[in-house]
Amino acid sequence: MRYMLLINNDEAVLANTPPEKAQQMSAAYGAYTEALKKSGAWLAGERLRPTQATTSVRIADGKTNVIDGPYADTKEQLAGFYMIEAADIDTAIDWAARCPAASTGTVELRPIWEMADYMPKT
Amino acid sequence: MDSRPEIARAAAEAAARQSYGKLVAWLAARTRDVAAAEDALADAFAAALERWPRTGVPEKPEAWLLAVARRRRVDAVRRRLTSEAGRDHLKLIAEEAEARMTDEDLPDERLRLMFACAHPAIEPGVRAPLILQTVLGFDAATIASAFLLSPATMGQRLVRAKSRIRETGIPFRVPERGELGERLDAVLEAIYAAFAEGWSDPAGTETRRRNLATEGIWLGRLVASLLPDEPEALGLLSLMLFAEARRAARRDAAGDYVPLAEQDHALWDHALVDEAEACLRGAATKGVIGRYQLEAAVQSVHVARRLTGRTDWMAIRELYDALFSIAGSPVVAINRAVAIAETEGAVAGLAALYVLGDDKRLDDYQPYWAARAGLLARLGQGPWAVEAYDRAIGLERDPAVRRFLQARRTALIQ
Repeated sequence: MRYMLLINNDEAVLANTPPEKAQQMSAAYGAYTEALKKSGAWLAGERLRPTQATTSVRIADGKTNVIDGPYADTKEQLAGFYMIEAADIDTAIDWAARCPAASTGTVELRPIWEMADYMPKT
Repeated sequence: MDSRPEIARAAAEAAARQSYGKLVAWLAARTRDVAAAEDALADAFAAALERWPRTGVPEKPEAWLLAVARRRRVDAVRRRLTSEAGRDHLKLIAEEAEARMTDEDLPDERLRLMFACAHPAIEPGVRAPLILQTVLGFDAATIASAFLLSPATMGQRLVRAKSRIRETGIPFRVPERGELGERLDAVLEAIYAAFAEGWSDPAGTETRRRNLATEGIWLGRLVASLLPDEPEALGLLSLMLFAEARRAARRDAAGDYVPLAEQDHALWDHALVDEAEACLRGAATKGVIGRYQLEAAVQSVHVARRLTGRTDWMAIRELYDALFSIAGSPVVAINRAVAIAETEGAVAGLAALYVLGDDKRLDDYQPYWAARAGLLARLGQGPWAVEAYDRAIGLERDPAVRRFLQARRTALIQ
């Protein structure tokens, strides 16, 4: 199965991290990504810029509203993602727990809704 | 009244549930689709529940269910009754299961199914109902009434949990050694929850609930037999058997509550007590102590009264000390305080209770107020005891226990 690991962190805390600690964190992510790739679980993964760079778009009454900022104000913000291949949720949980974000914030696991699961069978 | 037809019916029903559970587990373990497995077997299971009590259990019960399921499939497809996923399962039955069934028994995957139902990703409150439905084939309405929920609510929760098993990718697997302990706890907890729901109907007048205690024991036996090296599985089985053995003594002829210390031990089921003791001894040989073994050991000390004529409160106190250190909860703390009162006197017991006073969960916990009232009464603190009894009476839902508490309260003010 394919799973998304959605990384949620408190941006404010992250922004105030001293440089040497930030570097350490960055190295930890590097090692984690490498481990995912070596095991064949890695499908994709990126870090996102902070929410100050976010733009939200919504169309109401035929008008396009462009909003400076995220869709919802939350305590922790989406900071990045991995997409992995895992046999089952246990394996996915193992990978989520190894992700450095699991110790600094929350890693949300969502199964990909595969096309085969909702397309009518022929 | 001759109870033989009743016993035969119960045996046939148990056999039907046993075979049904095995088949659901076997099918679901291959596809993770519990609902479709149930769907595929629903008609055949209903037919077995209806027919076996009259005709007797067939020689190969699983093969019988499969054959009926296949035959019904033809009708169902014609009438478009079963879901698409259900039909896929019937196909699986036709192709794979029957080939296997010709000369050997179907492998028992019910333990894997139980581990899936009690997975950490499944909400704790629905785990016991889910096991009762998938492993034993109880319908949502029966489970709902036992857990005091509306059938619609229970039905929704069960459906949601089954979708979650499929969509989240919950595996059907007995966890490996390293994580087995924690995961087994969840399974045992769910089984104990089922048993406790049945146990909370002490008079056994509500048949559905009494059955739930029986089913809890049945599941406990199943897990203990499939994991013979797990001491806590044996410990839980022992605990449930001890409790069940005392059922007949929990109420007197008038239906009034009889506290454990005053129960007539001639009314205890001595065969069940012996079996409980044997389980506990078996668990002890593994050399790993745990919550259920300790609770069973407390029960063992209580029932030793039938041989010694007295209750060894010092031993009970020590067991609760151990229990408190590995699984401290308000419930354990209250029982420990009662044991302290019996060994060191009511003042010490009350002091142990007062230490808990800050815990907000105790505000509406009947045993806390009943224990407090009893100890205050022993110390001659009449008005305080009456106040505590009032709290306990107001929180009790069992009328027999309520009457018992009211009688104690009345005795104080006379």
